[in-house]
Amino acid sequence: MDRFVWSNGLLEMNETLVIQQRGVRLYDGEEKAKLDAGVVLLSTHRLIWRDIKNHECCIAVPLSQIVFFEEQAAGIGKSAKIVVHLHPALPNKDPGPYQHSKFSYIKLSFKEHGQIEFYRRLTEEMTQRRWENTPASQPIPTATGSQTGRTRAVGIVGIERKLEEKRKETDKNISEVRDLGQGAKEMVELSRSIANKIKEKQGDITEDETIRFKSYLLSMGIANPVTRETHGSGTHYHMQLAKQLADMLLAPLQERGGMMALTEVYCLMNRARGMELLSPEDLVNACKMFESLKLPLRLRVFDSGVMVVQLQSHNEEEMIASALDNVSEKGSLTSEEFAKLLGLSVLLAKERLLLAEKMGHLCRDDSVEGLRFYPNLF
Amino acid sequence: MHRRGVGAGAIAKKKLAEAKYKERGTVLAEDQIIQMSKQLETFKTHLEEFASKHKQEIRKNSQFRVQFQEMCATIGVDPLASGKGFWSEMLGVGDFYYELGVQIIEVCLALKHRNGGLITLDELHQRVLKGRGKFAQDVSQDDLVRAIKKLKAMGNGFGMIPVGGSYLVQSVPAELNMDHTVVLQLAEVKHIMRSEVRWEPEHLLKEGLAWLDTQAYGDPQYWLPALFSELSARDITPDEASQMVP
Repeated sequence: MDRFVWSNGLLEMNETLVIQQRGVRLYDGEEKAKLDAGVVLLSTHRLIWRDIKNHECCIAVPLSQIVFFEEQAAGIGKSAKIVVHLHPALPNKDPGPYQHSKFSYIKLSFKEHGQIEFYRRLTEEMTQRRWENTPASQPIPTATGSQTGRTRAVGIVGIERKLEEKRKETDKNISEVRDLGQGAKEMVELSRSIANKIKEKQGDITEDETIRFKSYLLSMGIANPVTRETHGSGTHYHMQLAKQLADMLLAPLQERGGMMALTEVYCLMNRARGMELLSPEDLVNACKMFESLKLPLRLRVFDSGVMVVQLQSHNEEEMIASALDNVSEKGSLTSEEFAKLLGLSVLLAKERLLLAEKMGHLCRDDSVEGLRFYPNLF
Repeated sequence: MHRRGVGAGAIAKKKLAEAKYKERGTVLAEDQIIQMSKQLETFKTHLEEFASKHKQEIRKNSQFRVQFQEMCATIGVDPLASGKGFWSEMLGVGDFYYELGVQIIEVCLALKHRNGGLITLDELHQRVLKGRGKFAQDVSQDDLVRAIKKLKAMGNGFGMIPVGGSYLVQSVPAELNMDHTVVLQLAEVKHIMRSEVRWEPEHLLKEGLAWLDTQAYGDPQYWLPALFSELSARDITPDEASQMVP
């Protein structure tokens, strides 16, 4: 921590902010620094840290002082950290929070996460080394490589060995991923061949076999444009899901005036499940089966592209008539006002008003103050 | 299991079909389906092995997730297509992204009254992290982007507009045509639009994506709440927001 200098935190000319992250505590080596959690900022030239409560407490260290850095995974009760190894401090360094430190590294502890993105950006900056090309107007003292001390050389060897181990492990992981991919790839090719045959109606493929094939595609995550045209994307899984949805959504739908946006359904269902969540596509494919399964729900797509699930008993005319009543009673309504009145989301309230307008019952007044609907007297 | 026809006529027909295909040297589709089913079993075993070694890593290591996703894209599989897919069931990749999808939707919904349904990827990232809480797994912006791409299937206007080096995330089906996206990109650089830029601000005002400041010195100025970096440091209640709207 003795490499840091006091700073006003203002960026110099040519210095740009790259990323910042709140909730970061600093460590001097293994020991917590005598500072609270704050915001850490990465610029093209420096690593800056500022106390969250006392903005005047701000310190910085030039990126050129960084030898190497690595991630330290989170543990039980411990936040993830980035360990930053630093060159020794320059003799003529400006005053900072620490006069002296027995450690040649610091840690950034990410109490509110954000370490992945920060690490990525730090890697980019340390690779690009933009501070070398665009020196800031106030010369930020740069540590030169000629500062080799014996103690540092020993530290570096250990670091390099660690890096090498990490590289090997990453390579091994990548090759295992590739091997896995190989097996999957053969099946993708096979499935294409099968799909073509189905398309050209070669051979006697039964309905059962087609259903089986589609379930294989689903398991592998292979898109099935050919069979989708003729047989739809649904499988037994989606049929079961459709029935489940019909059960679970009846009550919520009735509470919400008979209609829910698909994103709302997605959140509701997945929050209820907790695990083995539905993918967006699963939901859409299941909803498409409502009609053929004679379930009392329907999937509907509005002109705007908004997708909703609605009760089949949902009476369109009644809904439009009541919208007209509401607007007439109040003289005029915006989507927000209508939403509040009915306890609907603004999105669906707007769709209803648009529908009533489409049917000729309402007309609009579209100004910068908003979209307002009036009964259509024309 | 499907029983092929057992009558003599059916057998003859089958033999004819087989002969026809053997002539051409092609394999019957039915046989290929059987072959695929066998390959699937083998693959499942490999995937189980892989999962036993790497399942934790995938959840913890965003770089590994990126490599995995890229491999899938190269061979033509979508590991996030279905929660019923092997990838999801055995590797748990699905739950990771689908849950993230829920969190993204919730953040966008909560802020819509303030920014009209447009938010920077940076701000979305910060807020999602906050919502996930201290003990949850960290997520990268790449993770968010992939989750958002999946949300598009639900037709609610989720989209991403490239701005500067990053993205603006749109969560309402407002039509943003070319001109507007250029405007948003300019605003990213200046934060304040000057009226000498030739475009029609009314559309953005109506959609709640821009605010008009008539009290500024000189020309009226347009602000885009999605790009307020000071405001993203604290929360405003809907009441405060409605007081701010001109």
